[in-house]
Amino acid sequence: MRKLLAVLAVLVALTLLAVWLLFPVDRQDGEAPRAAYTPPVDSVERGRELVTMADCRACHTARGGAPFAGGYAIPTPFGTFFTPNITPDAQTGIGRWSATDFWHALHNGYSKDGTLLYPTFPYTNYTRISRRDADDMYAYLRTVPPVSRPTRAHELGFPYNHRLLLVAWRLLFFRPGVYESDSTQSADWNRGAYLAQGLGHCSACHEARNALGAVKSKHNPAGGLVLNWYAPTLTSPREAGVHDWSIPNIVMLLKTGRTGSTALQATTMGPMGEVVYNSLQYTRDEELRAMAAYLKSLPDTGARSGGLVRSSAHTGTLSKGETIYADDCAQCHGDNGEGRAPAAPPLAGNRAVTMSSTVNPVRIVLFGGYSPGTAGNPRPFGMPPYFQTLRDDQIADVLSYIRASWGNHAPPVSGDEVGRNRGSPLF
Amino acid sequence: MKTLLLRLSAVMIAFGGAHAADTAPPPLDSIGQRVQPCLPCHGKEGRATREGYYPRIAGKPAGYLFNQLVNFRDGRRHFPMMTYLADLQNDAYLREMAGFFGAQRVPYPPPQPPQVGAAVLERGRRLVMEGDAALRVPSCRSCHGTRLLGVEPAVPGLLGVSQDYLTAQLSAWRIGARAAHAPDCMAELVQRLRPEDVNSATAWLATQAVPDDTGPEQGFEHPPALRCGSIPQTGQQP
Repeated sequence: MRKLLAVLAVLVALTLLAVWLLFPVDRQDGEAPRAAYTPPVDSVERGRELVTMADCRACHTARGGAPFAGGYAIPTPFGTFFTPNITPDAQTGIGRWSATDFWHALHNGYSKDGTLLYPTFPYTNYTRISRRDADDMYAYLRTVPPVSRPTRAHELGFPYNHRLLLVAWRLLFFRPGVYESDSTQSADWNRGAYLAQGLGHCSACHEARNALGAVKSKHNPAGGLVLNWYAPTLTSPREAGVHDWSIPNIVMLLKTGRTGSTALQATTMGPMGEVVYNSLQYTRDEELRAMAAYLKSLPDTGARSGGLVRSSAHTGTLSKGETIYADDCAQCHGDNGEGRAPAAPPLAGNRAVTMSSTVNPVRIVLFGGYSPGTAGNPRPFGMPPYFQTLRDDQIADVLSYIRASWGNHAPPVSGDEVGRNRGSPLF
Repeated sequence: MKTLLLRLSAVMIAFGGAHAADTAPPPLDSIGQRVQPCLPCHGKEGRATREGYYPRIAGKPAGYLFNQLVNFRDGRRHFPMMTYLADLQNDAYLREMAGFFGAQRVPYPPPQPPQVGAAVLERGRRLVMEGDAALRVPSCRSCHGTRLLGVEPAVPGLLGVSQDYLTAQLSAWRIGARAAHAPDCMAELVQRLRPEDVNSATAWLATQAVPDDTGPEQGFEHPPALRCGSIPQTGQQP
C-alpha cells in the first residue's frame, strides 16, 4: 500500500514537472520582417495600421456600439463567446493594463490577472507578432475613447465553461513563438508570411478545426466552417488557393472585394466580405502584395473539391434544375452559365459553385447578398435572395444542375443540405 | 378536378411568362440592376407584393428610406435579412438605393376592405386626422403630411401599406424593437397610445385609397409637434 502511494506521488510530481516545463509561455520578443515601405515615425500611427490589419475592431465592437468596447457575440459549437471591452477604460476595459500585460495576451494567451484566454481570441496566430508591433498596437489602443461597458460573460456549454481545461488544450495545441524569418525566401515573402500567419490570422477561418476547436496542423488541407459560412482552403486551387493568380489580381480581390477581369471573376461574400470591408481595404498595397506573394507560394495539398468527381445527380433532378435555372437564373448568369459582366459572375468553371462544401452556394441562393462596398468597388452588384420563392428541393435541384453543367462536374446537393442552412443566422 | 388544376396552372405559367417577357430587364450597369436583391421581398419597383409583410418602398421619401437602411445596418432596427444586405455598404451607396426607390411613381394597390366596425374606424379616423388632446397625441397628418403620403425628405407616408405592417411597426416601437435617430419622436408618441388606439388608427389607414399621382409633400404645413432626430430640420443630426 505504501509502495503504491509512493509510486502515485512520483507520478503526480512528474506530471506537475512536465506541465511546468512544457507549459506554453514564451519570452522572446522577435522581430517583424521589414515592410516594403517606410513605416510612420509615430508609434500610435504604426499601431493604428497594425490594429486595422489584425481587424481587432470587427470582433471587439457590437453592432452600432462604440469602437473596441466589446459585446459582439461569436456563436461556436462550444457556446457563445462575447468579446471584451478593449478601450482604455480603467474599470471595464484595459485601462490598467501595461504594454507587457497586452503582450502576454497576444503572445501567450493569458489576461492581466493570469486568466487563460479561450482561443476564439486568435492568440494562436497573434503569438507570431513581434513585441515591438504589439507595443505599437497597445500605444494606439490607449488613444481610442474609453467606454464604460462591462464585458459580458461567455455562455458556454459543459465542460467548455471550465477554463482550467485550457491548461490541457494549450499543452496539446498551443506553441507560442514569434515569427522566424525564412532566409531562403525573399523579404516580401517573409513580410507576407508574418502578416498572414500573425496579424491577419487567415488560418483562424481558412483551416479546419478539430473537435476541440484547434486548427488541425501545418498544411491543413481543408477549409473551416465559420459563422455559418465555409471558409475555403487557401492550399488548393480548387477552393480559394491563388497559386496561379497574378499578384495584382490577388491584391485587387483583397482591396476591393472583387476581381475585375471577366476571365477570373471572384467576389468576397459573408465573413470574408467583412474582412475586406473593415480591414484589407485600408491596408497598404505594399502589405497586400507581400501577402499575395506568400499566399501564392502555399503548398497545393490537392483538396478534392470539384473537378474530379463525375456528377451523380439523377437526370430527373437535372431536368427540374434546368427549368428553374432558365426561369430564375439565366437572365443574369447567362443561358450557359457564362455570366454577364459586370453584374453577374460566370457559374461555368466557378469554384465557389463547385467546391465540395455546399454551404456557400446554398446560402447565396437562399439569402443572396452583396459583396462589400469598398472604395475600389463602391457600388457592388448583389444576388437576390430566393428563400421565399424556391423550396429546399428546388434550390437543391437548380444547384445540382449548375454543379453538373457547362464543364462543371461536382456532386449534387440535397434538399436536406438546403434545409439545414435555411434557419441559420444571417450574420 | 386534377385536370382543371393542371389547366389553371398552365394558364398561370403562360401568363407569368408573358408578364416576364414584356418587362425589359434594366440596363446591366445601372442602379436598377444593382437593387435586384431588394425586389423578391419589396416587389417590382418596390411596389410591394401581395404577401403583406414586406412594406412598399416605392415613392417613400428617399431620406426616410436612407434612414431605415442605416438603422438596419447600425442596429437601431432589427430584421436580419435587411441588416445582412445593408451591413457592408457605405452611406453614399445606400443613399443612391434609397433615391432609386424614392423616385418610383407606381400605382398603389386598392385599399383593404374594412375588417372592423364603424366605431373603431371612426376612432381611427379621429386619431389620424385630429389627434387626441387628452392623450397628448397630435394627429398623424400633422407630421406625415396633410394627405398622409409623407413629407420630404424623411417622413414616410402612411397609406398604401398593409394594416399588419403598420401595427407591427408601432408595436415594435412600443417594446423597443424599432428605434430611430434620437430624439426618437415615434417612440415617445407610441407610449402615449393604448394598443386599441394603435389598432383603430392602422385599421382606418389601411382602408384609405391612395390617388395614383401623389408623392410626398415638400414641407410641413405647421412645424411638427415633437422633435425628431430622423428629420434634419428638427433634429440635431441628419
